[in-house]
Amino acid sequence: MRVVNHPILGEEERKEYVTIYYNGKPLNAMAGETIAATLMSAGIRKFRKTPKYKRDRGVYCGIGRCTDCVMVVNGKPNVRTCVTPVEEGMSVETQIGYGKGEE
Amino acid sequence: MKETQVVIVGGGPAGLAAGIEIAKSGGQVTVLDENKKPGGQLFKQIHKFFGSREHLAGTRGYEIGTKLLEETKELGVDVILDAPVYGIFEGKTVVYSKDGKQHQIKGDKIILATGATENTLAFPGSDLPGVMGAGAAQTMINVNRVLPGKKVLMVGSGNVGLIVSYQLMQAGADVVGLVEAAPNVSGYGVHASKISRGGVPIYTSHTVKRAMGDGEVSKVEICELDERFQMIEGTEKILDVDTICIAVGLSPMSEIAWTIGCDFTFIPTFGGHVPKHNENMESTISGIYVSGDISGVEEASSAMEEGRLAGIAASESLGLYSEEKAKELKGQVWNRLNTLRDGEFGEKRKQSKNVQISRYMEDANE
Repeated sequence: MRVVNHPILGEEERKEYVTIYYNGKPLNAMAGETIAATLMSAGIRKFRKTPKYKRDRGVYCGIGRCTDCVMVVNGKPNVRTCVTPVEEGMSVETQIGYGKGEE
Repeated sequence: MKETQVVIVGGGPAGLAAGIEIAKSGGQVTVLDENKKPGGQLFKQIHKFFGSREHLAGTRGYEIGTKLLEETKELGVDVILDAPVYGIFEGKTVVYSKDGKQHQIKGDKIILATGATENTLAFPGSDLPGVMGAGAAQTMINVNRVLPGKKVLMVGSGNVGLIVSYQLMQAGADVVGLVEAAPNVSGYGVHASKISRGGVPIYTSHTVKRAMGDGEVSKVEICELDERFQMIEGTEKILDVDTICIAVGLSPMSEIAWTIGCDFTFIPTFGGHVPKHNENMESTISGIYVSGDISGVEEASSAMEEGRLAGIAASESLGLYSEEKAKELKGQVWNRLNTLRDGEFGEKRKQSKNVQISRYMEDANE
């Protein structure tokens, strides 16, 4: 759900894409955008599961304050996806609990 | 350890404006910001600003941001990005992390321009993905150009709720409704009219009862409130939405000011507890200044002016401006600030600012 035409911002001019892997599945990401933006553009809004009740959580603040959107990125847990830019070949996985593997 | 004359924490409108003023006076200044891009939240503000011409009224927020960045570059303000500040120690040593390492920088003066953070609202299902801050939705559509959802319910009719509703519509989302607990819309009438004309029903005296959905939002139940803000049974309505945006105010991001011992005072108009400060934006700790939303949540125009004020005052105390010159410059900024805090909506803020400053003075006179 990308905003291609915009009455104020005009037409989308960015053209360069990279590929990231969401739970192993390749996704088309716009170079330089945040991981959260890529996932949301693909309609993915469940980013992690809470440690105790395993409830789904997603983006809340979108500016790196609330840490609700953290995921396991390139094997590293607790990465704030709303302020972390995508990189070619990056692996992004749903974080379960504290992100230390099966919990 | 690196040393400089002024360290500014936060590279949004207030911090950058402060940095510009210090550089203009010939001072050495470093701005630290946790983000990868400077400008704070200006780049998601695609609406035209209000005020007078000297406040760049009619100019869109992101254009103001671009201007600030150009000026910062021209004047050689040192801006360090991706550098979260996590404490200030031994007076004025600012500690931050960069590239996974700890760094320190000592300033003669420090300006805190850390901004604010969005409030949230608790209701059953408020933790479901799809419930997000209105500011987050704004970042998604205007900065990332991605729709957070197709059918949106906005909660809160302040200017943020109204403006973001309109911008969601501009981006192609369907705003299903706007819910406001108070009996009246609280933001500007012009903004409210814009969304009403766009066909968005505004439900005043209403609140969210619960968000529903399997793992993410798919419906929301709203209901009417009585004059004591209690839910009225039997008035429930279920709306088909995939996104609920929360625009119920902002709170100053004041952790650093608390930890270093600044005195605070409680001013609801400004979002809660704010550091007391004088007419120079100096906190109760000598040489520590505050400006922008941390000193009271307002908007970007007043944040920039407060940043300028803090910058000029810091330069003066460093001897970069004569008392006379500084008085003239500060007077100009105060005039502009007073204009911004004029009128029906500004008057309350002007009074609150006076209270904030008078509480600083009471302490100083004790």
